[in-house]
Amino acid sequence: MLSIRNPKDFFTGILLLVTAALFAYGLTELQIGTAYRMGPGYFPMVLTGLLIVFSVVLIINGFITDGEAIGEIPWRALIIITASIVLYGATLKGLGLVLALALTVLLSTFAAEKWDAKAAIGVTIVLVAASVAIFVQGLGLPLSLFGPWVGGY
Amino acid sequence: MDIFSNLAFGFEHALTLNNIWYCFIGVLLGTLIGVLPGLGPVATIAMLLPITFGLPPVTAMIMLAGIYYGAQYGGSTTAILVNLPGEPGSVVTAIDGHQLARKGKAGYALFTAAVGSFFAGTVATFLIAGFAPPLAAVALTFGAAEYFALMVLGLAAAVALAHGSIVKALAMVVLGLLLGTMGQDLYTGAPRFTFGSTEFADGIDFTALAMGVFGIGEIIRNLERTEVREPIRSKLRDLIPTREEFKAIIAPVLRGTGLGSMLGILPGGGAVLGSFASYSIEKKLSKNPVPFGKGAIEGVAGPESANNAGAQTSFIPMLTLGIPSNPVMALMIGALIIQGIVPGPNVITDKPDLFWGLITSMWVGNAMLLILNLPLIGIWVRLMTVPYNLLFPAIVAVCCIGVYSISNNPFDVYLMAIFGVIGYFLVKLDCEPAPLLLGFVIGKLLEEYLRRAMLLSRGDPLVFFQRPISATLLILAIIALLLVLLPSIRKKREEAFKE
Repeated sequence: MLSIRNPKDFFTGILLLVTAALFAYGLTELQIGTAYRMGPGYFPMVLTGLLIVFSVVLIINGFITDGEAIGEIPWRALIIITASIVLYGATLKGLGLVLALALTVLLSTFAAEKWDAKAAIGVTIVLVAASVAIFVQGLGLPLSLFGPWVGGY
Repeated sequence: MDIFSNLAFGFEHALTLNNIWYCFIGVLLGTLIGVLPGLGPVATIAMLLPITFGLPPVTAMIMLAGIYYGAQYGGSTTAILVNLPGEPGSVVTAIDGHQLARKGKAGYALFTAAVGSFFAGTVATFLIAGFAPPLAAVALTFGAAEYFALMVLGLAAAVALAHGSIVKALAMVVLGLLLGTMGQDLYTGAPRFTFGSTEFADGIDFTALAMGVFGIGEIIRNLERTEVREPIRSKLRDLIPTREEFKAIIAPVLRGTGLGSMLGILPGGGAVLGSFASYSIEKKLSKNPVPFGKGAIEGVAGPESANNAGAQTSFIPMLTLGIPSNPVMALMIGALIIQGIVPGPNVITDKPDLFWGLITSMWVGNAMLLILNLPLIGIWVRLMTVPYNLLFPAIVAVCCIGVYSISNNPFDVYLMAIFGVIGYFLVKLDCEPAPLLLGFVIGKLLEEYLRRAMLLSRGDPLVFFQRPISATLLILAIIALLLVLLPSIRKKREEAFKE
């Protein structure tokens, strides 16, 4: 019975194989050409081929070598950090820098093991004020402070 | 022009009020962020990259270089005072440096690190000024085949020097190259791997990738565990060593500088290799009654000099050949491309102000570090204790604002979030992200040279082995990869990384 003895190699292989499959799908729309006159797809095709070879080697490695377990994944931090960044992208144009950044920072503070209301609110206020001062006033980034959703421009 | 008139020309550009100011800001910001927990030079530069986009190219590069050695120095300071190396180059510094600090000799260790780094930086500046122009002249004769071979060698070296599994490092390079091919094809303009979205038309934004993998991914990794930092307090008057103490560091500093300078030039080299090599050499040569690992000053002086010398000479392949030897140089190349400059041997002749200005600014920056750091040590110590829970929201904020500012497109923000998750899982699965970044930066150029060489040879792949320089480079690349696959060397390599 085969069992996964090296989970890190095995899952790396699987993830890379999925990625390679995505690129292989993308390749179907591209002209490959010849080695003399390479089309847009030639170089990526070679790379995709190599990626498939490496991922298969890693998957096989996963069965025949011993390795450490992957270990715990901090799902909470992972999801909250990602969500807070996405929130910034989604609300910046509508809410403007002040509120979008405040929401982003506030949400991100929940990624910490222990959430401390005082510290979280303090960090949010300081960071928003500092960002407005440094990035908008200082470096002159073209960001509106309050967006159309809250009556700005 | 000889080396001195070149340097004088460089100082004219480095010493304009504006450039001195940005060099100062770069060094200060670099050190400031470098001493903060959980941020190494790569993350620091990636985070601050967008700030430099609005600056003229010379100023931008001067500031980025300042950030780099500032962050390096900050890393050494945390290594000595809290036993947490901020970056891989100061891993060995932490071993003896922290022991010295615990014995009440933190000042001596910090002084040694600062003076050693400054001396190494000075020597390396002259080395770059002396060696870069002839090297670039040779590179000007290179054709497409030679460039292709050179880049393959660079990537092979990065794989050989990566930690852990070779297959994973190879896969990371290939994945990086593949991600680099996304966007318009150079020759036909055909959209590649855009999956029907216009957002991918220009490919993946380099800054979003770098900030995601090295900035955001790092946050998630740091939130896995909370570490307690207790820096050792040091008084300023302890900083000046006695005459004997000073004598003890001279030889290791000289050796470290030599070793670091040489190893820094190698593709895949940079700061890390030199510091490790120097540590093992000093360990063998030491006549110090204090054993290594218990606070031997040579263990700080040698590696710190080597680390700084290597950090600086790794600019040589970047500036003359346009090839990054480590992730920091990959970021520098990315910055150059964003500034509209094609990295390569033409930079010296086409942009002498940039080339010589940058080189001389390194010396200026190193002098600033020396003046700045010793008196400001009290502030750095206080910064080291900033709780991570207050720090990571700030990193998130800076990354978000920075990545959006590149093209005012929310898509780049989402991309950064995705690469943050990817970066976290890569490290979790023991895949080093550095080769991925190198591959991504080199990808388009590598393809262009490959296609051009094949076009010129009418599709004969043997062209790469018929031209002597290209053949030599490719054979070196193959040897580098074969060597790490040999079991005996493999074992040694694993030991070296463990040390």
